[in-house]
Amino acid sequence: MPAPPIDCLVMPEDHNRIDIEHVAHLARLELTDVEKIKFAAQLKDMLTYVAKLGEVDVTGVEPTAHAVPLTNVLRPDESRPSVDPVLILKNAPETARGLIIMPKIVE
Amino acid sequence: MSLHTLTISELRAKLQHGEVSARQLTQALLDRIQTVDGKLKAYLWLNPDDALRQADATDLTKPLGGIPIAIKDVLNVTGQPCTCASKILQGHTSVYDATAIRKLREAGAILLGRTNMDEFAMGSSTENSSWGVTRNPWDLERIPGGSSGGSAAAVAGHEAIAALGSDTGGSIRQPAALTSCVGLKPTYGLVSRYGLVAFASSLDQIGPFTKTVEDAALLLGVIAGHDSLDSTSVPAPVPDYLEKLRAGVKGLRIGLPKEYFIAGTDREVEAAVRAAIRQLESLGAEVVEISLPHTDYAVAVYYLIATAEASANLARFDGVRYGARVRGADVLETYSKTRGAGFGPEVKRRIILGTYALSAGYYDAYYLRAQKVRTLIRRDFEQAFQKCDVIVTPTSPTPAFKIGEKANDPLQMYLSDIFTISVNLAGNCGLSLPCGFTSQPKLPIGLQLIGKAFDEPTLLRVAHAYEQSTSWHKERPAL
Repeated sequence: MPAPPIDCLVMPEDHNRIDIEHVAHLARLELTDVEKIKFAAQLKDMLTYVAKLGEVDVTGVEPTAHAVPLTNVLRPDESRPSVDPVLILKNAPETARGLIIMPKIVE
Repeated sequence: MSLHTLTISELRAKLQHGEVSARQLTQALLDRIQTVDGKLKAYLWLNPDDALRQADATDLTKPLGGIPIAIKDVLNVTGQPCTCASKILQGHTSVYDATAIRKLREAGAILLGRTNMDEFAMGSSTENSSWGVTRNPWDLERIPGGSSGGSAAAVAGHEAIAALGSDTGGSIRQPAALTSCVGLKPTYGLVSRYGLVAFASSLDQIGPFTKTVEDAALLLGVIAGHDSLDSTSVPAPVPDYLEKLRAGVKGLRIGLPKEYFIAGTDREVEAAVRAAIRQLESLGAEVVEISLPHTDYAVAVYYLIATAEASANLARFDGVRYGARVRGADVLETYSKTRGAGFGPEVKRRIILGTYALSAGYYDAYYLRAQKVRTLIRRDFEQAFQKCDVIVTPTSPTPAFKIGEKANDPLQMYLSDIFTISVNLAGNCGLSLPCGFTSQPKLPIGLQLIGKAFDEPTLLRVAHAYEQSTSWHKERPAL
């Protein structure tokens, strides 16, 4: 029997070691303890389900990022009218003097 | 005469002949909403005064002059709220029009109100809305489908003449099928996504919900076309979708993918779809068997690609520029507390899956592999369309399920999109239209037609021929 093509590897099987806190940190998403347990289990179920993609031989197959035959769509870099900043600021959670307020980033 | 039950084309004639005014029509819809929306809960927001002002100012000679249209809460309409049915956008007011909305305004449409949806369009039942569940007009104990369930229920319940929704994996077609209206997902790149809050950018398309195929053709003709504000918008002229609508199906080849007629599809759904195929055959179409061999992988590919894209798109909801903010000790904690409090469970679940699929060490195995299998799914369609002009399948494997029935089983919920998601992955156009009802209880069944990329004229032509030879679209829910 010939060796399987290199690009036909099985999916990672270390689902048991899902570090849900690490993933939540990457996503900047606070989870409750109940959510951590629930989402870790559901993530594992989904990963088990999608592991079927490991069956497909994708040797030499180019990935599809989107379905339109367009690349490098450019337009002239010209100024044009924009939305009134006053309206934009009305939607911001905290503002002062025409600016959006944020917690301090640097000490 | 009940104005709210009429179609766009019927109402245009009445408006232009002066039999009815735009104000009367808008008022008739507002009255209808007043009567039934307490039961259906299709709308999240409505401003009767503003709607009537639009009606008074409209130009009846325009293609949609005076026609009241409901808008899914994911499209920006200047001055109206846009929450994507999420707490994180509570109180947000749009400061610009989506391109599709600008085109509706220019065509004289009345932007009637905002319809309910699954939060950020993630779901198949509209149960994931932060603002409550929308009910199916055919059975108030059942879901209307999703994610554009509010738009579907509004049209099926005659609370709008037509509606706009968005479709990332079936979010227009599936609710259209489950409520007995026409739902069209245009070819990717045909309708500008500018001003549509992004879920999965490579899959999202805006499309119409209507009562007839002719109305869908009319509405598509208004919202389609190149837009420099969306770099994925394809620069091609918009055909006249009404021109060949009545050309019939004689000589057209209808492809039946053997992988779509599978165990697990409801018996009555399959019987109705097979009867529709015989009907198309009797109208002169030739039926050919085709194969879409990678169908079984579509749900897995979709839930990796869509969640990966969503995890990146939803990063912008961080409590900085808009929406809710929950203050933390520092900026990182402000981000995560805001997002933890603002997003509902399904959105969190998908952000987690998408983040994981893109994270170091897993990218190649999950995201990249899914993109490669996506290529194979596209090729399946390319090959199939060498043998046929349109593909016919069920839209959804089952009729509308009960509220709560699948709410605790995400994977089962995801599998209800099994027949629709490949179309988004491949970038083709797809349409669902009524093809019958189950017997006990009486619930709508949808027929899905899939067309070649940018071949909406043929898709609509086949749909129109079938619709006009049946009376399913004339049935109304007893509300």
